[in-house]
Amino acid sequence: MKMLNISNLHAEVDGKPILKGLSLTLNAGEVHAIMGPNGAGKSTLAYTLGGRPGYEVKGGTVTFTPPRHAGLDPASRFSSGAAEGSGTPAQGRGDEEINLFALAPHERAAAGLFLGFQYPVEIPGVSNVQFLREALNSQRKARGEEPLSAADFLRLAREKAGLLGLDMEMLKRPVNVGFSGGEKKRAEMVQMAILNPRLAILDETDSGLDIDALKTVGAGINAIMRAPDKAVLLITHYQRLLDYVQPDFVHILADGRIVKSGGPELAQALEREGYAEVIAA
Amino acid sequence: MSVLAPLPTRKDETWRYSDLDAVARAWPLIEPDRFNIAAGDSAHHAILQDAASGDVAIRDFVIELQAGASFALHLLDMGGALGRITLDVTLHEGARFDLEAALLASGEQTIELVTRVTHAEPNAVSRQTVRAIAGGKATASYLGQVRVARDAQKTDAAQSFKAMLLGRGATANAKPELEIFADDVKCAHGASVGELDKAALFYMASRGVDPARAKTLLLQAFIAGLFDDMADESERARFENTALAKLEAMG
Repeated sequence: MKMLNISNLHAEVDGKPILKGLSLTLNAGEVHAIMGPNGAGKSTLAYTLGGRPGYEVKGGTVTFTPPRHAGLDPASRFSSGAAEGSGTPAQGRGDEEINLFALAPHERAAAGLFLGFQYPVEIPGVSNVQFLREALNSQRKARGEEPLSAADFLRLAREKAGLLGLDMEMLKRPVNVGFSGGEKKRAEMVQMAILNPRLAILDETDSGLDIDALKTVGAGINAIMRAPDKAVLLITHYQRLLDYVQPDFVHILADGRIVKSGGPELAQALEREGYAEVIAA
Repeated sequence: MSVLAPLPTRKDETWRYSDLDAVARAWPLIEPDRFNIAAGDSAHHAILQDAASGDVAIRDFVIELQAGASFALHLLDMGGALGRITLDVTLHEGARFDLEAALLASGEQTIELVTRVTHAEPNAVSRQTVRAIAGGKATASYLGQVRVARDAQKTDAAQSFKAMLLGRGATANAKPELEIFADDVKCAHGASVGELDKAALFYMASRGVDPARAKTLLLQAFIAGLFDDMADESERARFENTALAKLEAMG
């Protein structure tokens, strides 16, 4: 089943064309890696899909078909009637094609899209716990699900923090404030685990990680996102994350387009020979 | 008893940013409230100004702290077409004055805080922390004067003002003013004006937080902590909830 279908995407930043006809399809159950040299448009792709202001779509289409989001708490599954007939615009009816660009960023999140930031943003004065409970309950509301109580949320947060080896005390602190690079990336993955998206676009999640953190984060991505009804788009500069999260497909992005696609062997060839060689071959 | 004085004009320093038409409606002003804290005593007070929209609320306070006295004042100024609070504080030997204030202005409101803190004698401490949020076409102003008398050595005075503007039509004015006649003093002041962090807003949206809610959270964070040390728990809740209701309407 096609989950994300990007067709001939053109996007600009500050009037400068960055994505120049990018096409890519991800099916449910797949992990794709996009690799490319600096300036190829990797982060622009992530931000454009996430809907960041300033990233202007100039052409092409992106459809997102999230498998029906069952919610985290079985008791809060769509109740009869409303669930079968009509969903909220953000939620779709499940297995229904959504024009991604018709949704505001927060609606994309509610539909099941998660964007992992290369540089997670610090928010002084707002604790991780408060932020994530707001985020999760906003998403649940948009999907017509019951909000999670404070106690249930804390239980969930504690479990997911444990999975990523992040001290629960860190989650009581303001979002990303005073976190090291590695802690920020772990916290991103805790957020992903709590929000439980259908599609994760992870922009350089491996940058700033030492080898132990890389292992933990890699295992986290597998545990959270390796499922028949989920998909991952890993955006990375280096092969090393792919040792822990094995991609099904690898694509090379250069000058705003996918110039080559293949299996995991493509990443290894890149590591050996460099971008120039592989792209030319 | 009324104060018999001519209407202020723009030329009067402390009225330069005010809404003079509104002032005229409230003229003449009523007598100021007075606090006199006895030597060695400590006291606290909370002022919540949330007059109905369109009203003119001008309130003056004269506070005198005798030797070794301390006074903690929490202030939320957010109501009326014009909401203006003035504080005239005099500190004697070794006294301490703490002010934590939030100014919330929306629509076409003018919200002002004017302080004059006089260190009349040595070894007194004053701390003023003021946060202002202005949206719509509103104006929020803080005019903070600190005066240090000739023999008020070892004075320790600090002012911090931060304002956040929610749109191009909104205005924040900061006018710190120091008049120092002693030579061994520590007087610090800082003022900054900013706007909502766009990167934080997108980050929150990317996690599913509704944009209006995200704004409210950031605004709450901006004034967070001001009312934390209020002695009266229920009073603190009243301040926080009143401020939150206004912030939600502003987002």
